[in-house]
Amino acid sequence: MNDTAPLLRIEGLTKSYPGVVANADVGFSVRPGRIHALLGENGAGKSTLVKMIYGLVRPDSGAMHMNGAPYAPASPNAARAAGVAMVFQHFSLFDALDVAENIALGMENPPPRRALAARIRTVSHEYGLPLDPTRQVGELSAGERQRIEILRCLLQNPGLLIMDEPTSVLTPQEVTILFRTLRQLAAEGTAILYISHKLEEIRALCDGATILRLGRVVANCDPREKSARDLAELMVGQTLQSPSRAARPTGKVALSVRGLSLAAPHTFGTALKRITFDLKAGEVLGIGGVAGNGQDELLAALSGEALAPAASIMLNGAPVGHLGPNARRALGLLAAPEDRLGHAAAPDMSLTENAMLTGAGRMGLSHKGFLDWPKARNFADAIIAAFDVRTPGPISTARSLSGGNLQKFVIGREILQDPTVFVVNQPTWGVDASAAAAIRQALLDLAAKGAAVIAISQDLDELMEISDRFCAVNEGRLSAVRPAHGLSVDDIGLMLGGAHDMEMRHETA
Amino acid sequence: MSVIRLERRAAPSRFWSVATPILAVALTMIAGGVMFALLGKDPVAAIRTIFWDPLFNTQFAAYSRPQLLVKAGPLILIAIGLSLGFRAGVWNIGAEGQYIIGAICGAAVGLAFYPADLWIVFPLMVIAGALGGWAWAMIPGLLRTRFNTNEILVSLLLVYVAEQILASMALGLLRNPEGGGFPGSRNLQQYAAASNPELIAGTGMHWGVVAAFIAVIFAYVLLTRHITGFHIRLAGQSPRAARFAGVNPARLVLLCLGVSGALAGMAGLFEVTGPAGQISIDFNVGYGFTAIIVAFLGRLHPVGILLAGLLMALTYIGGELAQFMLGLPAAAIQAFQGMLLFFLLAVDVMTNYRIRFGRGAAT
Repeated sequence: MNDTAPLLRIEGLTKSYPGVVANADVGFSVRPGRIHALLGENGAGKSTLVKMIYGLVRPDSGAMHMNGAPYAPASPNAARAAGVAMVFQHFSLFDALDVAENIALGMENPPPRRALAARIRTVSHEYGLPLDPTRQVGELSAGERQRIEILRCLLQNPGLLIMDEPTSVLTPQEVTILFRTLRQLAAEGTAILYISHKLEEIRALCDGATILRLGRVVANCDPREKSARDLAELMVGQTLQSPSRAARPTGKVALSVRGLSLAAPHTFGTALKRITFDLKAGEVLGIGGVAGNGQDELLAALSGEALAPAASIMLNGAPVGHLGPNARRALGLLAAPEDRLGHAAAPDMSLTENAMLTGAGRMGLSHKGFLDWPKARNFADAIIAAFDVRTPGPISTARSLSGGNLQKFVIGREILQDPTVFVVNQPTWGVDASAAAAIRQALLDLAAKGAAVIAISQDLDELMEISDRFCAVNEGRLSAVRPAHGLSVDDIGLMLGGAHDMEMRHETA
Repeated sequence: MSVIRLERRAAPSRFWSVATPILAVALTMIAGGVMFALLGKDPVAAIRTIFWDPLFNTQFAAYSRPQLLVKAGPLILIAIGLSLGFRAGVWNIGAEGQYIIGAICGAAVGLAFYPADLWIVFPLMVIAGALGGWAWAMIPGLLRTRFNTNEILVSLLLVYVAEQILASMALGLLRNPEGGGFPGSRNLQQYAAASNPELIAGTGMHWGVVAAFIAVIFAYVLLTRHITGFHIRLAGQSPRAARFAGVNPARLVLLCLGVSGALAGMAGLFEVTGPAGQISIDFNVGYGFTAIIVAFLGRLHPVGILLAGLLMALTYIGGELAQFMLGLPAAAIQAFQGMLLFFLLAVDVMTNYRIRFGRGAAT
C-alpha cells in the first residue's frame, strides 16, 4: 500500500488563538491518488488545519512538506501555485454573472472568453459534471454551483484538492455524481483531502482518515475497516446515545395547511407553491430538501414572519395565516429558524435579552409593554439549566456561545414555552454530535408530550431518526407526505429531486 | 506582513465603551492643540479658553455659563430623538429641517393668536412645533416605507427645502407687519403668552431645557424597560431577529422618524420663542447637524447624550470665546469640533476589536 511517497506531509502543526488551541501537534500525510478524510466535530480544528494548508492561516509551529520539499504558503496564491486547490463549503460566486464569468474572475490570467467556455465544456464533460458556461449563476441549484467551484479547481490541474463538507448541499443523486468524479480524479493521481463529519460517506469514499478531536489527532485509520459507530465514538470521545422514541398515539389535527402559495420574498428567494399538509398532535413531520428550495420561506410562512391568506394556515381549527409572529405564539405556534446568529438570536445581546426575544408574551415577561428583566433572567437561567447550555451565565452574549450551545438555547427557549405546534429549521446544523443528540431527543420528548413538531432539515439521517412521516420540498413545492418508516434512499432521492407525480397522487388521494 | 492586527472581541468591551469618549476628547485636545500651534496661537491658552474659561473665568463666566444650557438644550433634545432612530438603523440626517419647520409651525400658531393673552397659547405652540417636525420627518418616512427610498438622502435634502420655506416665511407670511419692511417675524419674547423665558435667572434654563431633561429620562426608561425600546435596539442589531420577535419594520421606521422629527420640531419652537425670539432668514444655526455628533459622542445612550450635549455646547461657547479673545478663525473651531467626531469614530474600534502586535512570522 505504501508504495508512493507522500504528496503532502504534515508534522507537529500547531496553531493557537487567544484562549483556544485550534491545532496541537497535528501530523498526517496524503499520498497521490488517495482520498484522505479529515474527520471531526465542529470546533475540532479541521478548518484551521486546511486553512493552514491553503495559506490562509500561518501555523505557530510545525512543518509541512510538499513532494518532499518544505512547503509554507504565505497566501492562497502561493498555495495554488504549489498545486493546492480548495472547494469551500460556502461558495464565493456572483449570482448575477454567468458560469464562465465567475470562473474567469477566480483566475490570475483568464483566457479569452470563447476559449475558456470551450475548456469549461471539455473539462466538465470529461469529469461527468455537466455545466453550461453561459448559464447565469443565480438560476443554478446548489449542486450546480458546487460544480463551478470544482471546475475552477480542476482548471488549475491541482495535485491536491481540498473539499470542505461538499455534500451538505447535495441530493443523494448529486452525491453519487460527485463521488464518481472524485474517484476518477484520484485514479488520475490527484490527492484529495475530504473534510466531513458524515461517517457513511467517508466509509464509502475514503481510503485513509485522520480523526481530530479538540485540535489533536486522536486516530489515523482506514475508515473502511471501522464501523460508523466506531468512527463517531473516536470523533466524539464518548459513547453515543441513540435517541429513544416510544411508539406514541397521535391526536387530532393540530396544524392544517391548505394551498399555501407565497411569492418569493426577493430575487433569489423561492416562491411557495400550493403547500398542503396536515399535522397531528404528537407527531413529528420531517421535511427534507436541498438547500434553497423554499425551506426558509416555509418557516417564515409558518412562524408568521411572512403573512398569508388567513384560511391557508389553520391552527387547532382557527385561521392564523394573517397573524404575525407574536399572535401565533400566543396561540401556541412557535418556531426556531435556521440561522441562529442574527435570526433566531441577536448576536450582541445577552441570553437574558434573547430569552425576551420570543418569550415576552407567552412567559409573561412584559406587563403593558414594560419588561420584567428579573423574570426574563430567570427564564434564561431555566433554559440554560434544562438544556445543559454551557455558558458562564445569562449575561453572556449569544455570539460568545458555541454553535451547539446557542442552538440548544434557541430550541430550549421555544420548548420551555410549551408549544402546541413547533416548527424548527435545521435543528442540528453545524452542531457537535452530542448536542445534536440532545436536541433530537428534546424534539422527540416534546412530541411525546403531545405537541406537533415539524423538523425541516437537509440531514436525511436525522429526519429518518426522528420523523413519523416524511415529505420533501423542491422548488417551493411539497411532495406527498409518506410514513417515514420503510422509505428507501431511492424513494427519498426521488422526492428531493421533485418527482411531481407525487403531488398529483396526493391531490387525487 | 502587517505587524498590527485587529482581532474581534467575543463581546464588546464594557471598559472601552466608556473609555473611548474620554480618550477621544483627550486626543482632540492634543491634535487641536497642534493645529492651534501651527496657526501661531498658544495651544494651552486656546484649549483653556475653549474648555475652562466659559465656566470659570471670572470675567466671562457670568455671561457664558447660562449659555451652556441654552446651547445644550436643543442639542440634547434633538440628539435624544435621533439616537432612537440610529439605534434602530433609521438614519434621520435631516433634523435641521424638522427643527426649522417645527419653529415655523409653532411660531405661526402663536402669531395667529397675537395679541390675545391666553395661557393656552404657549402649549398650543409646543404641540404645533412638535407636529410640524413630525410631519416633515414623515416625508422621508413614508417614502421609505412605501417606495423604499433612502431616508438619509431624502431627509438631508429636505433641510434645504425647509431653509427656502424659512426664508419665504420670514419675508412673506410671517413677516412682522409693524417691522417697517424688514425681514423677520414679530419678536415672540415680547409677546408674553407666546414667550419662552429664562425660568431661573442666570442659569439659562428655559422650557426647552426642561423638555430635554424629560426626554433624557423618557428615552432611558424606553430603552431599558419598555418593549418598544427593546424592539428598537433589536431592529438595529439584527433586523431579521427583530422581525422574528414580531417587529413590524415599517411601523418602527415611522415611529423613529416621527419621534425624532417631533423632538427636533419642539427644539425649534423653544428656540424661536426663547433665545432666538423670532423667525428670521438665518434662524437655524446647525443644531440639527451638530446633534448627530452629540448622539454618537454620547454613544446613543441617553445619559451619554446629556453629557455630550453639554460638552458640545461648551466647545461652541468656548470656540466663540477663542475667536473673540485669541482671534482664532471660525473654521479652526469647526475643524476642532470635527476632530472630536473623527477621533470618537476612530477609537471606537477598540470597543469591538483588540489590537495585537503580531510577530510577522517568517516565511
